[in-house]
Amino acid sequence: MADPVLSFTERGIYCPAADIYIDPWRPVPRALITHAHSDHARPGHGSYLATPLTAAMIRHRLGVEVQELPFGEGLRIGGATISFHPAGHVPGSAQVRVEVGGEVWVVSGDYKLEPDGLCEPFEPVRCHAFITECTFGLPVFRWQPQPEVAAEINAWWRANREAGRASLLGAYSLGKAQRLISMLDPEIGPILTHGAVEGSNAVLRAAGAFHCETIPVTPEFDRKAYPAPMVIAPPSAFGTSWARKFGPAQTGFASGWMRLRGVRRRRGVQRGFVISDHADWPALLRAIKDTGAEKIYPTHGYVDIFAQYLRSEGYDATPVPTEFGGDEDSGEQSGDAA
Amino acid sequence: MKDFARLFTKLDQTTRTSEKTSALTEFFKRAPEADRLWAVALFSGRRPKRAVTTTLLREWAAERAGIPLWLFEESYPIVGDLAETIALILPPAAAPEERDLSAWIGVVRGLAGIEPEARKAAVLDAWDHLDPTERFLFNKLITGGFRIGISRKLMTRALAEATGVDEPAMALRLMGSWQPEDTTWDQLTAEEDAREDESRPYPFCLASPLEAEAASLGNPGDWLAEWKWDGIRGQLILRGGVHHLWSRGEELITDRFPEFARTPDFLPPGTVLDGEILAWKDGAPLPFAQLQPRIGRKSVPKKLLTEAPVRMLAYDLLEHEGEDIRALPLSERRARLDAMLSGLPGDAAVMASPLLTEDAWGALAARRESARSHRSEGLMLKHRDSAYQGGRRRGDWWKWKLDPLSVDAVMIYAQQGHGRRANLFTDFTFAVKDGNGLVPFTKAYSGLTDAEFDEITRWVKRNTQQRFGPVRQVTPELVFEIAFEGIQASPRHKSGIALRFPRMARWRRDKPVDEIDTLEGLQALLVAYG
Repeated sequence: MADPVLSFTERGIYCPAADIYIDPWRPVPRALITHAHSDHARPGHGSYLATPLTAAMIRHRLGVEVQELPFGEGLRIGGATISFHPAGHVPGSAQVRVEVGGEVWVVSGDYKLEPDGLCEPFEPVRCHAFITECTFGLPVFRWQPQPEVAAEINAWWRANREAGRASLLGAYSLGKAQRLISMLDPEIGPILTHGAVEGSNAVLRAAGAFHCETIPVTPEFDRKAYPAPMVIAPPSAFGTSWARKFGPAQTGFASGWMRLRGVRRRRGVQRGFVISDHADWPALLRAIKDTGAEKIYPTHGYVDIFAQYLRSEGYDATPVPTEFGGDEDSGEQSGDAA
Repeated sequence: MKDFARLFTKLDQTTRTSEKTSALTEFFKRAPEADRLWAVALFSGRRPKRAVTTTLLREWAAERAGIPLWLFEESYPIVGDLAETIALILPPAAAPEERDLSAWIGVVRGLAGIEPEARKAAVLDAWDHLDPTERFLFNKLITGGFRIGISRKLMTRALAEATGVDEPAMALRLMGSWQPEDTTWDQLTAEEDAREDESRPYPFCLASPLEAEAASLGNPGDWLAEWKWDGIRGQLILRGGVHHLWSRGEELITDRFPEFARTPDFLPPGTVLDGEILAWKDGAPLPFAQLQPRIGRKSVPKKLLTEAPVRMLAYDLLEHEGEDIRALPLSERRARLDAMLSGLPGDAAVMASPLLTEDAWGALAARRESARSHRSEGLMLKHRDSAYQGGRRRGDWWKWKLDPLSVDAVMIYAQQGHGRRANLFTDFTFAVKDGNGLVPFTKAYSGLTDAEFDEITRWVKRNTQQRFGPVRQVTPELVFEIAFEGIQASPRHKSGIALRFPRMARWRRDKPVDEIDTLEGLQALLVAYG
């Protein structure tokens, strides 16, 4: 019997026909990268292949050479044809379509269905087997439409500003940060950014994928010039002397995990905004249905529960263990772009 | 409901007392009168009677969400709260509608009187009109338990600010058996206290743990010392020829303790006693474990009454001849208490908790050391000039407890917590050595920092040997010092013992599993202190 199109190894997802790994977590000779988040794009591989925007981000973050393959273009590698398709997770993020001898498998990477005005919108790809993330693969996770969350964030910022307080909003520096900035109403006040966020801003601006104006917080930054600003920073910057220089402030955090009251309270942020770059429960089910696939491999998230549910709906679903602790709540701890 | 949901969100999202108080004050000033009254009621533990079981709520929610029940059950421990799980799992409201909090409470109260089918329809209909936060609150109205970090003191302060009634008077009014159904906002908050409530207790005066040396309190003669009893704190109220018994949790428990039914025969009306209810036999207290079956039972079988009769050891007199005497010095209140109780018959179910008179701290310390042999947890030290203040005011009343007992034990099972601790492993079962094996002997949930729970959670995930539903059996490797206040024989437990107030005093990273304590060691503690 022939090799399966893709197999699950201890280095990550492997395509034997092309002798290439997808988002591997150990160093491999050849890697396909779905997007530039650090748990997917790791250092140490022999070669990298990604979409142009992801390639630009990887060069910026890892300082390695990356070969580019634009969305929708097929590339023949060994016995396989590989192509990237928009995943809607962060700018440049891709699903990977792999075709070997007429059989099509798709690796979703991380994805969301709702257009955010920033990424290339998610594109459903027909396939026989679908390897899907399920970070939020429980029916309690449902997101509000983006404009509603934007209104909440702007109202919070406006109220803080009227009270003379800064608004410190924590977000992953690639993707979520730019998405939040694009949702802010620049009429309210100045938007300041942490260095990590500004680094991603610059790469995306250079690629023409981000146009909002921001003010980077530099070492010689004068806080009096920007009273009660909105500050976008990785949450790790909170509670440090860097964060204190903005004076009285409210902290907020934007993540799908903020849907859960227990997590909001444990994180100790004053305000949680429920906004995620991952698919919620209805979107996961919709995405799976749209692929037309019969074989589903849930990975990264509540995999056991999600696979069991898919089986009860008639799919051939097998959970795939991941390197990220393999447990139901690894995502919350890893601080990824949830 | 939107205003109440906003208030709830504000209270839930800040840890600053000042912000909580101002959010409450604002609500008490602005909300419709019925909503204010209900908010006070809910935050002080009063709620509509439960008319639907949580089992039914789960089934209805799963059905409405179009998911199998097992998937609901899998989601629940991850969310960590049933009312919240239901709120989140339902599809968005089809027909959002704004109604007052009191109107929704009306719906909840109406559930009891209608047919089961109509009940279901009413709940599904409500869910379909509410957003997730409002739904969460609506579900809490049904299931109970608004635990959102609003202390009585904080609410009293906000009510005082909103109404102009001073704080102590407000605190007193919030006590007792009033229900929002039979009270108006004006009755609760008007300048003149118009309500006749014969059963109303006073706010309990609370003690602080004494951490400094006792000698730092100055002259021992300025202090009255008593045993610190391990029972149920209560107020016994005699007014108008009848008696009422209140627990410290402000629950009316009169019917659970028929022993006090005769007290109006020999105590004068207009009397309020503060004391400890203990299971008591042959002139001495019984272990707390024997009082325990009496606490939950609303009606008491004869057998239990004979096995574990109770009495109150009174240590304060708050009302004397119908007069509130809380402002008098403790020495004066105590003298009146002793005079009142001195002539009572031996089977009166009420007696004065004895004063322990010593003229040196050293002698008092020696008394404290002997506390366990009196089935006591240590000493109470109360300043002789102190008034009976509502709540906890540091400085006048101290609890000078014995150091806890402790053993070193190994964790063998772990389970995730709820609420703020959902997704963290915080509930552990511990074992001691029994020959070459291990025998479980207690559970404990508290005593570690959040960072330690985080670290243990990661460890548990990597070291799970087997799962039994939500419980994980882990490699017996992590050693903890388990502290506890008492130890009892217990045939219900495999180890044959039960602990009182077990908690994790320390994570003993330095200690290998070989060196933990043994079942023989626990049995020796049982002989010495049980």
